[in-house]
Amino acid sequence: MSELKLEAKDGIDQETINSVKSLGESYKYGFTTDIDMEYAPKGLSEEIVKLISKKNDEPDWMLNWRLEAYKRWVKMDEPNWPMLNYKGIDYDDQYYYAKPKSLEKKPKSLDEVEPALLETYAKLGIPLKEQEFLAGVISPENNKDTKPKKVAVDAVFDSVSVGTTFKDELEKLGIIFCSISEAIKLYPDLVKKYIGTVVPRSDNYFATLNSAVFSDGSFVYIPEGVKCPMELSTYFRINAENTGQFERTLIIADKKSYVSYLEGCTAPMRDTHQLHAAVVELVALDEASIKYSTVQNWYPGDENGKGGIYNFVTKRADCRGANSKVMWTQIETGSAVTWKYPSCILRGDNSQGEFYSVAIANNYQQADTGTKMIHLGKGTRSRIVSKGISAGKAQNTYRGLVNIHPKAANSRNFTQCDSLLIGNKCGAHTVPYIENKNNSSRTEHEATTSKIDDDQLFYCLQRGINEEDAVALIINGFCKEVLQALPMEFALEAQKLVAISLEGSVG
Amino acid sequence: MFEIKDLHVNISEVEKKIINGINLKINPGEVHAIMGPNGSGKSTLSYTLSGKEGYEIEKGDIELDGESILDDEPDERAAKGIFLAFQYPIEIPGVGNLSFIRTALNSQRKFNGKDELNPAEFLKILREKADYLNVDMEMLKRPLNVGFSGGEKKRNEILQMALLEPRFCILDETDSGLDVDAMKQVSKGVNSLRSEDRSFLIITHYQRLLDYIKPDFVHIMAKGKIIKTGGPELALEVEDQGYTHLLN
Ligand SMILES: Nc1ncnc2c1ncn2[C@@H]1O[C@H](COP(=O)(O)OP(=O)(O)O)[C@@H](O)[C@H]1O
Ligand SMILES: [Mg+2]
Repeated sequence: MSELKLEAKDGIDQETINSVKSLGESYKYGFTTDIDMEYAPKGLSEEIVKLISKKNDEPDWMLNWRLEAYKRWVKMDEPNWPMLNYKGIDYDDQYYYAKPKSLEKKPKSLDEVEPALLETYAKLGIPLKEQEFLAGVISPENNKDTKPKKVAVDAVFDSVSVGTTFKDELEKLGIIFCSISEAIKLYPDLVKKYIGTVVPRSDNYFATLNSAVFSDGSFVYIPEGVKCPMELSTYFRINAENTGQFERTLIIADKKSYVSYLEGCTAPMRDTHQLHAAVVELVALDEASIKYSTVQNWYPGDENGKGGIYNFVTKRADCRGANSKVMWTQIETGSAVTWKYPSCILRGDNSQGEFYSVAIANNYQQADTGTKMIHLGKGTRSRIVSKGISAGKAQNTYRGLVNIHPKAANSRNFTQCDSLLIGNKCGAHTVPYIENKNNSSRTEHEATTSKIDDDQLFYCLQRGINEEDAVALIINGFCKEVLQALPMEFALEAQKLVAISLEGSVG
Repeated sequence: MFEIKDLHVNISEVEKKIINGINLKINPGEVHAIMGPNGSGKSTLSYTLSGKEGYEIEKGDIELDGESILDDEPDERAAKGIFLAFQYPIEIPGVGNLSFIRTALNSQRKFNGKDELNPAEFLKILREKADYLNVDMEMLKRPLNVGFSGGEKKRNEILQMALLEPRFCILDETDSGLDVDAMKQVSKGVNSLRSEDRSFLIITHYQRLLDYIKPDFVHIMAKGKIIKTGGPELALEVEDQGYTHLLN
């Protein structure tokens, strides 16, 4: 029995290879959906902010909250400290609101959603029907004792949410899972209490911009003592051209609750760059636990660096309660530019933060990503495992901050940063900042940089495995620890992505 | 039949000539042993036969059943039945031993136009062979060769050989670093694989191994050349008197 289980998990590599083979092309999500859209006029102004708020039918407090953010933003400058080199973004030459016309009146059920939209999600492999999701990692021949799992989905298309599945079933447990625009109307007290308390509107340039113009996103509330029985996920799709996507996600895990949440993202192949500036706020109260996983596969641009998404995201968790726990897992394979540091504020005593990351940069992609672990409470623990892979002419930077405050007695951090280089035109950089202001607390940092090893490659070849498969195998081995941190349902998809995004980088 | 014809090899990286004209004919079912002092080019020969990059063939040919394999990539040679048990098996972190072997086996089956084995079929065959070779399942769950003892690594090589069922097996110092019991196990594995249509090239330092695996021919290699060929008695002679008298 235990061996069968092993086989299921262990079989991933072979499955990966097969799936990668069957895909053929490198970015399979690059199609566009031809659909009637409604846009706000190009550019950003107070009028646009008001318009977005009005489109969402928002109460005054929300509009004022946005306007204050906007006023602040116009006085701010884009940050220039990341190790990124990209053409300036023309904030006046894009749309801040794009909505399929058919969603003018929010569909009451998925039956009312326009077929072209449903097809888009079907093509992307996202279950919008309330079907049971067959765990992808387990191959059919040995899944007899594995129950199909349910995954509830909130699908966001350009600026608006298309629909959310399994809502009723979740409601019975008191769990709220809906779009944030709905939450603002239906649960204003909850939203008001928590929005902007983890990522304040003044936090940084992109977070402030998001606060002014966010159009939709997901909202989750798990009541005290409830363990959410299914994976919750949001699927972001940018479709419209010259349109920024600014979603905002807010997750609150009340005392002793648990939730596992996953976000996925894709976009069509376009010649021009598109901006994505999201904000994610997590709040974990006493003994609550949140697992937040990202599989980021925005269009990375072509092999000459043309097009691709600019991904500037602020993600932060507040471990507000004692013994609370947040685990970030991210697989970053897409985007032309990634700027992202999912962080944990370990405020509650004995709270824990974990960050597991695979960041892949190929061709002309640039990634500057990492985490911040801010230890404020006593006995807080954090663990960082970062695996950076660079190929082609890409640049990959890990940037991390571990900060242990004077009052955070007996705290611990462990950081491990491994970089793998494929070829000799790419770069890997590790920028760890460690500040420990408490004598009883300890930090540990390990870092390695390696090249894909010729002897490993030859060993695989000598056993009859071809070069492309061998590379996929070795890379997936390199990332194993992080891939295993993903929910089982998504581990396979992530493995495929890792292999696909490096296709053609060796040899 | 496997044939090496007047083979001359340079190591590209250092532009150094290591193999200086080797001729060797190995018929199906035969076991050939190669002995020789350190640095005489034995490992270089094994890498060259299996097609490793960086070994430049200046002259000569390598043929399988009368056809040159020089243009075949290492993975193609493997699928055609050439197997190398490495002197130093390579560690690959994060890649499960079991899934590695299954990937290898299925890649070769695919190359040869056979159906891939599903996990259950594979597991059944694997268990049989692993039992026979005294490899316990625990070792198969671990990442490939990572943290394996010397003996475990070598047994794992023989296990892979048993599963991949090659036609031409090269064993590069599989016995070095093994105690007597481990050596007996490895020999038992090799002997069980001996058959009419499978041949072996066994590189070793010690006559000892050849007590367990009886060779048909023994070749002495020095400075990139075969300087003497004989039967098992030649190995005993080396054991007794060393190489020096042969080198002069
Ligand atoms: N990659 C390499 N670069 C430089 N010299 C090498 C390399 N590999 C082998 N050699 C040299 O080639 C010679 C033969 O080595 P090898 O084939 O390993 O011998 P053996 O296996 O018989 O001990 C030695 O002199 C060794 O130093
Ligand atoms: Mg050697």
